[in-house]
Amino acid sequence: MTDLSQSPAGAEPRKHGGSLLQQTSHTKKRNAAETRFKAYGIAAIAAGLLMLVILVTTIVGKGTGAFQQTFVTLNVELLEAKLDKKGNRDLADIKKVTTFGYAPIIKGAMEAAVADLGIETSLKPKQLAGILSKDVAAQLRDYVIANPDQIGQTVEFRFLASGRVDGYLKGRVTRDSIANDKNISPEQLDLVDALAAAGVLEKTFNLDFITGADASDARPEAAGIGVAMLGSLFMMLVVLALALPIGVAASIYLEEFAPQNWLTDMIEVNISNLAAVPSIVFGILGLAVFINYMHLPTSAPLVGGLVLTLMTLPTIIISTRASLKSVPPSIRDAALGVGASKMQAVFHHVLPLAAPGILTGTIIGLAQALGETAPLLLIGMVGFIASNAPETLADGLLAPNSAMPAQIYEWAKRADPAFYERAWGGIIILLIFLVTMNTFAVILRRRFERRW
Amino acid sequence: MPTFWLVALLIALSAVGFYGGRRRAIATAGGDVKELHSLPSYYGYHVALAAFVPAIAALAIWLLAQPMFVETRVSGMIPSEAVPESSTLGLVMSDVRRVAEGLDLAVEQGLLTAREARNAVGGEQDLRALMGDVGVALGNEVRPEVLAAAQTYRNLSHTGRTAMTVVVALLALGGFAWAYSRSHKDFRARNVVERAVLALLILAASLAILTTIGIVLSMLFETKNFFGLHSWTDFFFGTTWAPNFRGDSDLSILPLLWGTLYISFIALLVAVPVGLFAAIYLSEYASGAVRAFAKPLLEILAGIPTIVYGLFALLTVGPALANLFSKGGLLGVEWMAGATSVLTAGLVMGIMLIPFVSSLSDDIINAVPQAMRDGSLGLGATKSETVRQVVMPAALPGIVGAVLLAASRAIGETMIVVMGAGAIAKFSANPLESMTTITTRIVSQLTGDTDFASPETLVAFALGLTLFVLTLGLNVLALYIVRKYREQYD
Repeated sequence: MTDLSQSPAGAEPRKHGGSLLQQTSHTKKRNAAETRFKAYGIAAIAAGLLMLVILVTTIVGKGTGAFQQTFVTLNVELLEAKLDKKGNRDLADIKKVTTFGYAPIIKGAMEAAVADLGIETSLKPKQLAGILSKDVAAQLRDYVIANPDQIGQTVEFRFLASGRVDGYLKGRVTRDSIANDKNISPEQLDLVDALAAAGVLEKTFNLDFITGADASDARPEAAGIGVAMLGSLFMMLVVLALALPIGVAASIYLEEFAPQNWLTDMIEVNISNLAAVPSIVFGILGLAVFINYMHLPTSAPLVGGLVLTLMTLPTIIISTRASLKSVPPSIRDAALGVGASKMQAVFHHVLPLAAPGILTGTIIGLAQALGETAPLLLIGMVGFIASNAPETLADGLLAPNSAMPAQIYEWAKRADPAFYERAWGGIIILLIFLVTMNTFAVILRRRFERRW
Repeated sequence: MPTFWLVALLIALSAVGFYGGRRRAIATAGGDVKELHSLPSYYGYHVALAAFVPAIAALAIWLLAQPMFVETRVSGMIPSEAVPESSTLGLVMSDVRRVAEGLDLAVEQGLLTAREARNAVGGEQDLRALMGDVGVALGNEVRPEVLAAAQTYRNLSHTGRTAMTVVVALLALGGFAWAYSRSHKDFRARNVVERAVLALLILAASLAILTTIGIVLSMLFETKNFFGLHSWTDFFFGTTWAPNFRGDSDLSILPLLWGTLYISFIALLVAVPVGLFAAIYLSEYASGAVRAFAKPLLEILAGIPTIVYGLFALLTVGPALANLFSKGGLLGVEWMAGATSVLTAGLVMGIMLIPFVSSLSDDIINAVPQAMRDGSLGLGATKSETVRQVVMPAALPGIVGAVLLAASRAIGETMIVVMGAGAIAKFSANPLESMTTITTRIVSQLTGDTDFASPETLVAFALGLTLFVLTLGLNVLALYIVRKYREQYD
């Protein structure tokens, strides 16, 4: 053997007794191939990580703008002559003034502000008011109805600027890009520059994006994701209330009690298949069973929650079974040995020991359900504007609402690019939720998981 | 919300039952807990379960069965000549439901008294205007037979609800009384409770079967309806997809299938090499530190929701490709018309699938016995030669299984293709053209105003069933291959 091991290792015999330290062309080729192969692997990993970096920078780069919004601070004189002609502060009369009736007041306020600041402009009052959001009149009207005693006074307001103005300050809208835009003119942008220089118009943090409701196509600046967030919350409540108990019960049966028979096999095959069924198929099931057959209300978070429950169940069952399986049999034997029944051994000893694993699996399942969009499209959670936050539990479950991913899809479909910024911003919020949930799951696992 | 209160009542009753049963059992033992057959709480659970479970089961079954029962009874009332030429029984029935709902709403909002609503026969009041007031939009005037059917519908639903409340309450009270009367110190409460709990566990586990049956049946029925309206040969073998809401549409799956497979193919073309090489590097070359760093980061890609990838395709990758390939683009060619294309969707889907392929392959490569590597290295092979000539052939079946699983994912993926692939159904080999897939068509046929009696809507169910069968087949095949492979080395 010693003779053999000292002879050259390559397939070809070494020619003319060359040195072992000197590489032949064949060895060089093999070593080059080795280096190349390793480089492919590194390149593949780098490519994957690069994609992740590109994705994250795109999201952060395009989405952070949604958390800032341009506001205009104006002193508005709430003219009695326009808002309450009879002067008796009768709420019914005040309510009769439509948002159109507020337009002159806003125009007046803009004119006054421009005159006060000494800005020279050739714009007409209507165009002056054009830099404000179309939402402003409604905001003013709501304020007047809530505070009728303020009529006749001058009040300071913080108004949303229009989507185009906001885009101009964020660099999305430029003087070149508005050449054919009816909604804004270069003169108006000059005014915006002047107002910004005077500090009347400024970009600040926009809490309304996080807490507010969606807005119609013409008012991207007023759209928020808050109501959709509540819709998602109610769906997650349904998923948690149904999927956790059902999933744990099913896993306990399959792991601890099920005899080896055709029924058990059938259940196992079904669970592993359901885990791989495309999510849209669950949407079709929800549409056919919950809406067409059972006549549950369309677009209701309850229906969304039911569909997502069916979708998440396999995930929860699979992880729960794994954590039940990791509890050593000696625990069961000890419990049985001191006289517990099988049911007591499972519920009093195995289940508490498996609980951290079960919770981790449940949180991961919930995170998956939170980001799921396709089934929600089919049960009608897109395509309308959920303008009011639900007030009661029943309302939250049954009144039409949207969900975070469905809201993002809805914004992505709209024509105005101002909504795209909102969609990216919505994704940041969605990802913050997912990261938090997953981090929580990891901490839970690190903290409480026992290695036997 | 009477159902809600009914459930609340059941919960309250079973809570009372728990304490009642427990106390009675202890009382029969003369206060000495040791005299009891089971622990005291088991007597409590016994009464609580007896009061709660049968009643809630009856409630669930009733809620499921009542709509079907009412529907058949009411639709039997509508004579076939009352169905207008351009309409179907299904449409008339939805009118009936809407009128009934409108009357209920009118009563709720105080526009009608309950008696007026019951006696409403049309004619003297303008029902359509009334319905409009309560927010129920009706397409045309309420015809007398529709109104009569709606009244029957209301009556039956109302009687059904009342009967349900009575039956559920009786069952709950009956169960309570029966179990309570059995709460005696010699009664084997634990055995009974444990049997009941086991039955509940079995029920929960069977839900998986029920879901599958639900999926298959719901799609099968509608698919059957679809094939009643549209020829199945055209669906499976036709070559054009052109839904037309005036009827007479061409609805065939082949162009959609082509788009689906083409996009999936491109996605796999991205995901398989990258994922496979990443897995090989991570399992054969990488140090522990690199592995602990890179593997979780790659797996983040799998945890990102598909809506994010969809938006990425629509707003970033699509426009970037259009910048390169469309008219006036950087390359000066005119190969791409818009931002949506097969390549857009395929590339983004490929990114999504990278971690899927890499973690599955990683597991499989790790399962190849170390002795095989040692043998090969001992013979003087380099590491890459070992991987290519020993590890890969051994792991091949498992990797094929992993690729099939990834393919099934790609075929069923919805959001990326809805946002990135486009809406035009056609056969074309140019990856820069926009094409459409099975899942996008399901979404577009089932969203918006849908009429569940037209083939244009029902075709979505046939598409869904095809998708289900396709992905299921791929999964079963993949799992079979992977399992066979695992057995080889276990």
